[in-house]
Amino acid sequence: MAQPETVKKQKKGEEEPSFKGAFVSVLIVGLFIIITWFGVFILFNYRF
Amino acid sequence: MKTASRLKVDQRDAKLVMAHFYVAFISLAIGGMAGLLQVLVRSGLFELPAGIGYYQLLTLHGVVLALVLTTYFIMGFQIAAVSRTSGTLTAVQRKLGWTGFIIMTIGTAMAAIMILLNEASVLYTFYAPLQAHAVFYLGLAFVIVGSWFGSAVILLKYRQWRKENNKAVSPLLTFMAVVNSIMWIVATIGVAATVLLQLLPWSLGLVETINVGVSRTLFWYFGHPLVYFWLLPAYMAWYVIIPKIIGAKIFSDSLARFSFILFLLFSIPVGFHHQLMEPGIDATWKFLQVVLTFIVIIPSLMTAFSLFATFEGYGRSQGAKGLFGWLKKLPWKDARFVVPFIGMVAFIPGGAGGIINASNQMNQVVHNTIWVTGHFHLTVATTVLLTFFGISYWLVPHLTGRILTKEMNNLAITQGVLWFVGMTIMSGAMHAAGLLGAPRRSSFSEYGGSSVAADWIPYQVAQGIGGSILFLSIILMLYIFINLAFFSPKGEQDFPVGEAGHEAEKTPKVFENWKIWIGITVALILFAYTIPFIDLIQNAPPGSKGYKLW
Amino acid sequence: MHMHKFEKLWLIFGVASLLVFLSVLGVSAFHHGHHASSWSELIDPEKVDETEPFDEPGLKKVEGKDWDYELVFVASAFSYQPNEVQIPLGSTVKIIATTKDVIHGFQIPGSNINMMLEPGYVSEYIATLNQAGEFLVLCNEYCGAGHHLMTSKIEVIES
Repeated sequence: MAQPETVKKQKKGEEEPSFKGAFVSVLIVGLFIIITWFGVFILFNYRF
Repeated sequence: MKTASRLKVDQRDAKLVMAHFYVAFISLAIGGMAGLLQVLVRSGLFELPAGIGYYQLLTLHGVVLALVLTTYFIMGFQIAAVSRTSGTLTAVQRKLGWTGFIIMTIGTAMAAIMILLNEASVLYTFYAPLQAHAVFYLGLAFVIVGSWFGSAVILLKYRQWRKENNKAVSPLLTFMAVVNSIMWIVATIGVAATVLLQLLPWSLGLVETINVGVSRTLFWYFGHPLVYFWLLPAYMAWYVIIPKIIGAKIFSDSLARFSFILFLLFSIPVGFHHQLMEPGIDATWKFLQVVLTFIVIIPSLMTAFSLFATFEGYGRSQGAKGLFGWLKKLPWKDARFVVPFIGMVAFIPGGAGGIINASNQMNQVVHNTIWVTGHFHLTVATTVLLTFFGISYWLVPHLTGRILTKEMNNLAITQGVLWFVGMTIMSGAMHAAGLLGAPRRSSFSEYGGSSVAADWIPYQVAQGIGGSILFLSIILMLYIFINLAFFSPKGEQDFPVGEAGHEAEKTPKVFENWKIWIGITVALILFAYTIPFIDLIQNAPPGSKGYKLW
Repeated sequence: MHMHKFEKLWLIFGVASLLVFLSVLGVSAFHHGHHASSWSELIDPEKVDETEPFDEPGLKKVEGKDWDYELVFVASAFSYQPNEVQIPLGSTVKIIATTKDVIHGFQIPGSNINMMLEPGYVSEYIATLNQAGEFLVLCNEYCGAGHHLMTSKIEVIES
């Protein structure tokens, strides 16, 4: 399961490399996409 | 990996690549100048000197930047990448490369002369029945055919490498260039068909009328993969080169190849999302292509995770703590990283806007408004272009046997930051004005004193300011390019190519089974296009004669 | 092909979001009829002036249909016929438009009325004009030197 580079470099023998930061980052990107999309969708529904 | 054995692009290949880059950066100068004049005109504060038309300038801007700059840079970069990772071109391959370059350049000159003579003010999408001079269409055909030669170089080198290496897994950069070249060849068949079979005979007077619906559909069959043809070289740099620059490993060789295969499959059968507002195409087929368009978002989602993970993995290996501590470990003083990084950031609003554009009936809100212009100035004119600039900062000196000095590096960062500031203002104002309904591709107008049009003018002034800042950034870029090409101190500038992690799992062989991938690509195209295309031909209205209304 | 668990989660989240977008669009388009203009009725672009209903551009009251009025527009470089029209507030209108020469746009800024007019085709859109005031109609597809001067005006009036 482990990514090789992190196995080598991480000090305390953690198995799964931590990509929490990456995960939160992409979630922020996802949220941005959702908010802008619904923003324009609301505009679309509001206009005739 | 076998890729590390050749570290330098051969001098003879370097010359071929640099020839492409000269044309690309001359295009940047001309197109940038045109862009500056356009934003100034549209701000309402400036009028063009008599004799130059706004739409002539707009045609020049679009053709020279969207078609010429991109195609030349990509051809040059891909040849360099393949030469670096799969070995120096053979004499025959190099000759093919030069032949392609010469054909493309003759074509570019033909098209440019017609634009300058005001015989082709039809914009870079050249929608019939506006009719340009036949030489303009012939020039475009030359550019397309020339680009096939450049693509053939990539494919031949790849085939040779595979033969010489017992069908081993190919070097990642080469693989990616091959995917992009195949996509390009499949996609350009559409535009070649409309140019050679429809527009050229029609403009020569051999046939009187043209089928407008068919012509537009063939154009957009090409038009959307065109934007992925621009994006994939940027992804090549992000997946393979940026990790090396920051000192990290490639996140995953297999996932990178997988995302490229997805791009090949789903970039093409999606052209209708540019034609959502038009008659003649059934709503169900439009929606089907919208669904396919949404599938092509997935490899970009994968790319986003890969990049963040590369950065986080590197930062943590350097002892970064906390959720975002790794951000601080990135090389913020290295232009080769910073400039493409700005491009990556721009792809967040760029991609979000793209999803909105492709969202079927929601396209009514933004179709042909200046929102769209704002959108592709984020995607192609920031994400892609800043990545290309970031590549140039090491590739040009690598090819000319010079180095990127500290001074030039700092100037390059200034260039990127200026671009970011200018584009934030210009593209931001375009998005906002577009939501208010301001149209794209229009000279300054008060629309008969309409109050809604008056609301757009402050945004147009902002576009003028942003555009002027962008022009300063272009001047900086050109100065750095000339320095790196001719004046920078002699030395060895590295061509960074990332490597996969040591014990990374073996890359599945299926990725190089082109029969499967090209087969699925063709099947998807036939599925998405056959019925509506036959419909456009069978239920065609009387054809249109040509008009020259400029 | 190994995929990190967070990447899997992210892709599940991403694909789910895209499916939500597509479902919302699909229901809105195919169930509520919020289609963009996709009409495919044909016309000879050389004979627009002689062809019904384009021989009489302008507003027409109709009976027994899902809409109250038909508003017929003929576009040509660089103007629309009619170039001004008044419509009672709250009426449902079917806009029927075509072009006599090159491709034009038909957009009312601030509304969802936004369609391409292509030679040989009739473009249609149904809207309920529930907001009083003066609305600009403009051409949003490049059609030549006077493209940015090509406008019309719709006045939605309280009756």
